[in-house]
Amino acid sequence: MTDTPQFAPGFAMNKRELLSLIGKSAGAGAMLMAMAPLNQAHASTFTGPIKLDGGAKGKSVLVLGAGVAGMVAALELSRAGYEVKVLEYNPRVGGRAWTIKGGDTFTELGGATQTCEFAEGNYINPGPWRIPTEHGGLIHYCQELGVALEPFQQNNYNAYLHSTSAFGGQPQRYKTIQADYYGHVSELLAKAVNQNALNDAVTAEDAEILLESLRSWGALDSNMRYVRSAESARRRGWSKGPGGGLTAEPIPSDPLDISTVLKSGMWRNIGTHLSNEHQHAIFQPVGGMGQIAAGFDRAVGHLIRLNSKVTAISQDDSGVTVDYMDTRTEERLSARADYCICTIPLSVLAQIPLNVNAPLAAAIKAVPYRPSVKIGLEFKRRFWEQDEQIFGGITSTNLPISQISYPSYGYGSRGPGVLLGAYTGGAMSYELTGQSPAQRVQRAVDWGAQIHPQYREEFMNGISVGWHRVPWTLGCFGMWSEESRATHYRNLCEIDGRFMVAGEHASYIGGWIEGAITSSLDVIERLHQRVQAG
Amino acid sequence: MTAKTPLAALAAVTLALSGALAAGADAQTAPASPVGADADSTAASTTISGPTGADVYANVCAACHMPDAMGAVGAGFYPALANNPRLLGSRYPAYIVVKGMNGMPPMADMLDDQQIADVVNYVRTNFGNDYPGPISPTEIAALR
Ligand SMILES: Cc1cc2nc3c(=O)[nH]c(=O)nc-3n(C[C@H](O)[C@H](O)[C@H](O)COP(=O)(O)OP(=O)(O)OC[C@H]3O[C@@H](n4cnc5c(N)ncnc54)[C@H](O)[C@@H]3O)c2cc1C
Ligand code: HEC
Repeated sequence: MTDTPQFAPGFAMNKRELLSLIGKSAGAGAMLMAMAPLNQAHASTFTGPIKLDGGAKGKSVLVLGAGVAGMVAALELSRAGYEVKVLEYNPRVGGRAWTIKGGDTFTELGGATQTCEFAEGNYINPGPWRIPTEHGGLIHYCQELGVALEPFQQNNYNAYLHSTSAFGGQPQRYKTIQADYYGHVSELLAKAVNQNALNDAVTAEDAEILLESLRSWGALDSNMRYVRSAESARRRGWSKGPGGGLTAEPIPSDPLDISTVLKSGMWRNIGTHLSNEHQHAIFQPVGGMGQIAAGFDRAVGHLIRLNSKVTAISQDDSGVTVDYMDTRTEERLSARADYCICTIPLSVLAQIPLNVNAPLAAAIKAVPYRPSVKIGLEFKRRFWEQDEQIFGGITSTNLPISQISYPSYGYGSRGPGVLLGAYTGGAMSYELTGQSPAQRVQRAVDWGAQIHPQYREEFMNGISVGWHRVPWTLGCFGMWSEESRATHYRNLCEIDGRFMVAGEHASYIGGWIEGAITSSLDVIERLHQRVQAG
Repeated sequence: MTAKTPLAALAAVTLALSGALAAGADAQTAPASPVGADADSTAASTTISGPTGADVYANVCAACHMPDAMGAVGAGFYPALANNPRLLGSRYPAYIVVKGMNGMPPMADMLDDQQIADVVNYVRTNFGNDYPGPISPTEIAALR
């Protein structure tokens, strides 16, 4: 199907036409779904809906944790006929797939409780927030569960690059830096070609093509120079843009010189947007990541017992017993099933008594959890749109906040707007996590005001999540090293008697929901084979 | 804090730009993962933990063990370092800070020998702990 025969040049066209027809009649969502059978859309190991044929032989499965990994297992296993029950610590499903809106409260470890004050319609995703095209498994479940997706602006050419040590701390538009970097590099390369410096590497014929491509890529003039011109202004921005009437004539801008561009270090940010996960198109659920939780809740919510803190897991020859505590009544309870799929983050699981073989026990203790802090800030108006023409996307900075992400929804609304005012990793996350929620917000406002002075006037309120203070993950996600992968990864994923692990941590797509999904599908497939084998 | 400490060095590098930080963060997971995790696209750090054991405690340990060292309990827990008899010997806490423990990341790349010695000596003589025999940076180096 995917092989396009040489003698049928029209085939690819036809396929595209078919897709665009579907796109026209049924919207972009239907188009993505239609692409799946043509086997083009998936770049993770997800190859299409799982098929668990042959019946469940009357077996039961206890799933621990109602994040995406746990709920995928519950959905597919219950469909295949298994008797499924899920135990979840939180009073809600979704785990890290979570959205905070006005009126929501969050109590972190240490006891600080924040109540979100955002206006109606505003929200922040404290954990996952974007869905790459590559993540076919997640997109599949969104479509199946009726979770509407919309574009997430990743790379906005009009957003800023900011460094306290370049341009006197003045933010630069992304498009300006990219145009000047590409322009100067092409000019240099063109010089090298014309001075025959690349004769060893390219033939004379290819050198011709290379020069033409450099002119196109770098917006060079007819002399192969990157200079002030209409061509360069069309990329980097005009000094005065084109318009209509008597004031219509555009004025090109002056490119930065190459030394300034190189020394600014801002070229580093170009690479960030080039990785598979950050290439457009990227999506977000309409209304926030919590909509993914809501979608699964509609499908498997009846199988889930909330407010249930797992305290011990023990397996024997005939099944698995799980002790848990009702967090509201403190009642001690237990549940039993033929098998147990555990999606509890390893940071927490490492602390729960569990009888498994030594290699799995060692693997569970081998994965430290990464720090991260996200801070949502609400402002009286969307000054980034109104004053600076930034609609969604990300400003990058060397300040501790690391980035400012503008909302990819509600463009042009006149009411209060919420942006992501900090998304940190590394050492700074520990420092911020160690402070009170109010201090974190205050510092994010102080730092952000260096890029957007409007912060001072327009700030209303904020909310922060330091992931090491999240009571049910003790961190952002599992960090594998090359060594720990080699020693422990396979042991973590092997089924141990009647107990098995799934989740983000049991994948090569760590820190992404797609990892949770593909890990869950992988383990239930192996479990089902074992049940079939009897 | 001198510019020679790893934290300061990291901070100096990160002053260049957040992309550098993203690359640093990638390095934590990239060798073992074909993809950088979402959060790897964020900057790693800028400001520096202060020079004393108390500063390192506040800027690193307090995130999990809490500013008063009382720990916390949710679905999982952070152990209290306050009034903790396991801090009697200096090597146990020093080893954990260097190598990590379960969800607690190893701090060996983030803190230098002096900082680790300082923070271990700090927790062993504060928060209701009063244990003799401070550990030296040389002993920390031997644990790495
Ligand atoms: C800051 C941040 C940014 C991210 N960005 C993205 C992104 O943009 N895109 C993306 O795809 N992914 C992103 N991720 C990763 C994504 O959130 C995870 O990979 C995914 O949600 C993990 O799903 P899971 O089911 O494995 O774990 P979880 O969602 O954590 O589910 C585990 C469940 O177990 C429960 N539990 C824990 N302890 C117990 C207990 N003792 N008893 C009972 N239940 C318990 C928890 O409450 C939780 O519901 C991000 C994560 C973070 C933190
Ligand atoms: C990212 C969170 C985190 C940070 C930061 C952190 N720890 Fe820990 N610490 C933990 C966890 C988790 C455990 C292990 C609990 C378990 O699973 O048994 C632990 C255990 C310990 C223990 C063992 C306690 C005992 O009773 O056995 C010591 C000592 C310790 N940490 C000291 C420190 C010091 C000193 C620092 C600062 C340099 C620090 N920790 C920073 C999370 C953290």
